[in-house]
Amino acid sequence: MSEAAEIERNVPGLALYTPRDASRLVARVTAVDAVGLEERAASLGRRSIKRGSKLWALDLAIRSMDLTTLEGVDTMGRVVSLCAKAVRPDPTDATIPSVAAVCVYPQLVPVALGEVKGSSVRVASVAGSFPAGLGPLSSRLAEIREVVEQGAHEVDIVLNRSLFLGGRYAACFEELAAAREAAGEAHLKVILEVGELGSYDRIRQASVLAMAAGADFIKTSTGKIGVSASLPSALCMMEAARDFFHETGRRVGIKVAGGIRASKQAVQYLVLLYETLGPEWMTPELFRIGASSLLNDILMQINKERTGRYQGPDYFTID
Amino acid sequence: MSEGARVPVRRTAKLFIAGGFPRSESGRSYEVFSHDGRLLAWAARASRKDLRDAVRAARAAQPGWAGRTAYNRGQILYRVAELMEGRRAQFEAELADVGAADPRRGVEAAIDRWVWYAGWADKISQVLGGTNPVAGPYFNFTIPEPTGVVGIVAPQDQALLGLVSRVAPAIASGNTVVVIASERSPLPAVSLTEVLGTSDVPAGVVNLLTGYTRELVPWLAGHMDVNAIDVTGVPEDLLPQVEELAAENVKRVHRAPRVDPFSDEAQSPYEITALMEFKTVWHPMGA
Amino acid sequence: MGEIERTATSALEQQQRVWEYATAPEARDIVRLEDRYDLFVGGRFVEPRSGRYFETINPATEEPLAEVAEANEEDVDLAARTAREAWEERWRDLPGKERAKYLYRIARALQERSREFAVLETMNNGKPIKESRDVDVPLAAAHFFYYAGWADKLDYAFPGRAPRPLGVAAQITPWNFPLLMCAWKLAPALATGNTAILKPASTTPLTALLLAEVIEQAELPPGVVNVIPGPGGKTGGWLAAHPAIAKIAFTGSTDIGKVLRRNVAGTGKRLTLELGGKAANIVFEDAALDQAVEGIINGIFFNQGEVCCAGSRLFVQESVFEPLLDKLKARLDTLRVGDPLDKNTDVGAINSRDQLRKIEELVQSGLEEGAEMYQPDCDLPERGFWFRPTLFTNVSQSHRIAREEIFGPVLSILTFRTPQEAVEKANNTEYGLSAGIWTEKGSRILWMAERMKAGVVWANTFNRFDPTSPFGGYKESGFGREGGRHGLEPYLDLDGASAEGGDGA
Repeated sequence: MSEAAEIERNVPGLALYTPRDASRLVARVTAVDAVGLEERAASLGRRSIKRGSKLWALDLAIRSMDLTTLEGVDTMGRVVSLCAKAVRPDPTDATIPSVAAVCVYPQLVPVALGEVKGSSVRVASVAGSFPAGLGPLSSRLAEIREVVEQGAHEVDIVLNRSLFLGGRYAACFEELAAAREAAGEAHLKVILEVGELGSYDRIRQASVLAMAAGADFIKTSTGKIGVSASLPSALCMMEAARDFFHETGRRVGIKVAGGIRASKQAVQYLVLLYETLGPEWMTPELFRIGASSLLNDILMQINKERTGRYQGPDYFTID
Repeated sequence: MSEGARVPVRRTAKLFIAGGFPRSESGRSYEVFSHDGRLLAWAARASRKDLRDAVRAARAAQPGWAGRTAYNRGQILYRVAELMEGRRAQFEAELADVGAADPRRGVEAAIDRWVWYAGWADKISQVLGGTNPVAGPYFNFTIPEPTGVVGIVAPQDQALLGLVSRVAPAIASGNTVVVIASERSPLPAVSLTEVLGTSDVPAGVVNLLTGYTRELVPWLAGHMDVNAIDVTGVPEDLLPQVEELAAENVKRVHRAPRVDPFSDEAQSPYEITALMEFKTVWHPMGA
Repeated sequence: MGEIERTATSALEQQQRVWEYATAPEARDIVRLEDRYDLFVGGRFVEPRSGRYFETINPATEEPLAEVAEANEEDVDLAARTAREAWEERWRDLPGKERAKYLYRIARALQERSREFAVLETMNNGKPIKESRDVDVPLAAAHFFYYAGWADKLDYAFPGRAPRPLGVAAQITPWNFPLLMCAWKLAPALATGNTAILKPASTTPLTALLLAEVIEQAELPPGVVNVIPGPGGKTGGWLAAHPAIAKIAFTGSTDIGKVLRRNVAGTGKRLTLELGGKAANIVFEDAALDQAVEGIINGIFFNQGEVCCAGSRLFVQESVFEPLLDKLKARLDTLRVGDPLDKNTDVGAINSRDQLRKIEELVQSGLEEGAEMYQPDCDLPERGFWFRPTLFTNVSQSHRIAREEIFGPVLSILTFRTPQEAVEKANNTEYGLSAGIWTEKGSRILWMAERMKAGVVWANTFNRFDPTSPFGGYKESGFGREGGRHGLEPYLDLDGASAEGGDGA
């Protein structure tokens, strides 16, 4: 690992805050005006991104994608196909980059690792009683340790909403800090599940709590409930990350996931990111999109930009 | 077949529920005759289950309709008038069939009345809501809100103007409605729903049942998920029973003023607020 | 397990993370520009008796767009008599519900031709296309829609009164929201049964003339609406002085408003004035800070700050001054200044060389009086009239930049400690058009709103307009309200006083 990257990343175990700070941290988080936030997100979402700047964004969107499959029916075969697609999204076009990572359930981690070997694609695993996150703490932490031991590069866990919405911030913080430690060298992403938090104030508070406890990424959603990522909730998290960076010097990544199927949405999230957090965040190190069918839509859009023709799905492999 | 004797395509008059046009689930229908005894069409004879479905559709649609901006509702209603204007010939022919003295006047009045109520959507709270100067450091305001799902028993006569005069004020504020059409002259109502079905009015905001008034009215009056009932078209002898049934969930009961439907007295913002609730909010004022 | 390359953030990589948005120009060809525009009088376009035409340009490029007829005293007289005759013969006695339908036609036409109006407005005014498209044109249509609905309901607007129209309304509109101000003026005037003569600002006549075309196509009875461009000092003056005029509505500078007020004295003509402002935008420490930043930015940079109700004085509670200033500066750096027809432009061109000079002069005074200036480092186009978004800190109440209306993208920032102090300082001005309050505490919002001497108070938002919401000023920001039920009153006789309405000329 290069020195620069080491400096950028938070060293595991060295949290900037302690559980005792948790309540105070939450209490002093700035309020969020929902109407104003939604207007700003909508306004940014109306940016007109065309031609070269659109291709630039679509390329980054692919490079930032966590190609995901989290289904009860994920067989080895399914994951093998997914990984092939992740490494070479378009077999007919060598200019299309690999995605950032594949995201799978713990059981499929070894399969995924084998398939992406030799490529730049990383393997992310959900862990910690995903998606509800309410298994016994010991087994949640053990799950994290085990997937990391198996070789997963990244771990996606959920915020304990039961503790957070119950106001038990110190306990919530402690669990996150313990997860941070259990994840060791692996990148830890904390899923806030914005669709369950009830207000943007809460989303901002949860963001701060997760970042203070050492998360490498804060993530919008599990994709397993009705309401997932939205432009305003992502913007809320980005604003929190911006303030956190100014206060602590630490950059935390943003991952949007759930319901992102169209290229246009991916570009909108990138606009939000760029105009809120700036160029430093425009990298897979600090931004991810969790998605599956989005990839083909991006390929179609890239082709449309290049050829001038609207594309049809028959020309792009499903996996 | 002889030259020039084209066989016209006959009309089927169906119910209007949740934006679609189903037949009665009972499979029943009844004959609709013109004023001079010609068979015009068979209309669906709505059942209790149809009514239940219509109320469900109205309830489902109500939060969304009330949640639109008043401006948006006003625009949508204005567009209905645009479409009605395009269908003048059909409406006029139907009014002629029911024996209207001046079908053209009736249609024009109905369209103009619809436009009149469309223009109230974004003004009602300015005229009939407001702030109240309470004796204390509190900001206090009263806002009218739509009552919810409104059952409407349309007048037996004035098949178009009378119907419009009941429906437009009810939905302008954000209520959704279940309408029992005139039993004798349901076809203008059916045509109106065909207009609504192709307009921007969301599915379920207006639902129409054709059938036997005396059958349908008690079911409507007794339904526990209907917030108000407009009894304008209820036969006099049924009224006491209707009010008794309405008591069970304290439905608001309203009747249109008995005036010449063509007159200006027949249209009023109070027809809108009769189907609204007034909410008053307090908030302290202090640095 | 593959080794993961974590590359350092080298200078090259930094460069690669910079995202340049490609130009996204709105197509101009939707607008069919004539070489020459005539006056619109008596339902058709007629040549000016003056025989004179003046040039109107695109302030972003200085390119000439067209020649526009200039109305002289004779033209004004013809328009006034035409409007009066139209009122008596074809409009006053038309039932309200028929007047309504004409207004609905105009509203619908504005919606249908919205793209055309938006592009033309941007070309003639310099404002970003996203604003003319998303704000100006939709609001203009909405105003006609709203007031159309009042035309046949006036009895309900004024209980116990029998409202009657006044006659001919002279309406002098400004260059900052050319089309929207036409809508704000025409819609209530026509709905209440008056006829109108519109005198649009001389730097921005084109959308008013396109609106005249809409009115012609809506087949309004001839003479009900007339449009006569010309220089404000002359055409506007003759118009206001004409005996056939019963009512004058003016939006523009406080100075001209006072001139009008003097000239109208003793004539019995009704007058409403919508003049300048120097609004205080007040931010408390408990505000939702990131949204407050958006509100501040919108408050002073929307429409290049060329807005009478612009939040041009920012009062920040001292305890939150530093973090807010940091955020403001960072946000300024993301503003995109440039081609107004580019869909991604946030801040467009200043409307005229004259206005640019005024801004520059006041900004210079700010520097001379000791305030500290911050501007983002953005490129400005070669031609056209441009000014960078600007913040001033270290500003005192007595500085010219804190007292005088700049009417440009320049924000003066001051601090306060207590709510009482904020109220006092906010009210310490001869203006009283608008104010902003940013706090999460509801009771404080209401307490402050009660004490602000301003006709429009925005809490946790700014620059919100709606046809149902009355707008207008206290003190030298003018009198009379536009919008809402209150907006009808200036165009009506509620007392039965002027039975005839103005002098028949």
